[in-house]
Amino acid sequence: MLTDFGRIFVFFLIGGVFVAGGLVTAWLVRPDRSYPNKLTSYECGEEPVGGSWVKFNIRFYVVALIFLLFDVEVIFLFPWAVVYQKLGMYAYVEMLVFVAILFVGYAYVWVKGDLDWDRPEPTIPTIVRQGMVPKQTVKRETVEV
Amino acid sequence: MGLLDQKFESGNVVITTVDNLLNWARLSSLWQMQFGLACCAIEMMAAAASHYDFDRFGVIPRATPRQSDVMIVAGTVTLKMASRIKRLYDQMSEPRYVISMGSCSNCGGPYWEHGYHVLKGVDRVIPVDVYVPGCPPRPEALMEGLIKLQEKIRSESLVKKSA
Repeated sequence: MLTDFGRIFVFFLIGGVFVAGGLVTAWLVRPDRSYPNKLTSYECGEEPVGGSWVKFNIRFYVVALIFLLFDVEVIFLFPWAVVYQKLGMYAYVEMLVFVAILFVGYAYVWVKGDLDWDRPEPTIPTIVRQGMVPKQTVKRETVEV
Repeated sequence: MGLLDQKFESGNVVITTVDNLLNWARLSSLWQMQFGLACCAIEMMAAAASHYDFDRFGVIPRATPRQSDVMIVAGTVTLKMASRIKRLYDQMSEPRYVISMGSCSNCGGPYWEHGYHVLKGVDRVIPVDVYVPGCPPRPEALMEGLIKLQEKIRSESLVKKSA
């Protein structure tokens, strides 16, 4: 009668009705006795001062970016996982190569320290040519006592 | 929208059934906004702990007024704190109840005579439903206060109160 997707859609609808029914009933029944003091922001009883938007850490951006890349990889893995048995050894090895390439990127990010929560000081690589000493950035004065 | 908010002039069997349901629901899950100010707070904590369990009444301590039904004012209310109490009571959403615990929040307590910094009774800033006497009241006394509040809630009604 219904396709497989149709059944999932019915499930989805019932879930939506469940949630919406509760929220709509609450909206119909609850009283609205608001006044200005009630709608102030909560600040442990004090007068709320300043904005309430807090700056969040830039490390979340890095983690989110890396997550996005690997999420796309997982999306590529799904159709392969369904059909790879019919395609034989060739498809298997090809997917292993794909995952290995992305794994190299993952290892790079890991070693570079982008996944660490406590960011260490970045190490700037210095190039040492044959016979030359890298220039000292800070002049150190030796005082003879 | 407030379809049920004080809209009915007289009661009938449907109203009383809905009344009973709502009152039962409200009194069985009175989430408390823990407001321990002084020594009474220790007794409030003892009442909430395992021996004199508060959780069996459905009372869970919440730290925020937005998610709580009852504010238990436990301890001495100074004048500095009184304005914050008023603001926190304002930020609670209906239906909201207040239990005043201990003599200090009932009437100023031991500071009634010389306490220049003490608010003589928290009912000078917020409306109180139940007063629990004691200095400090034992956990059982606080539980009796809670049960009295539950009885008060049981007698509430959707029917508009006529003047």
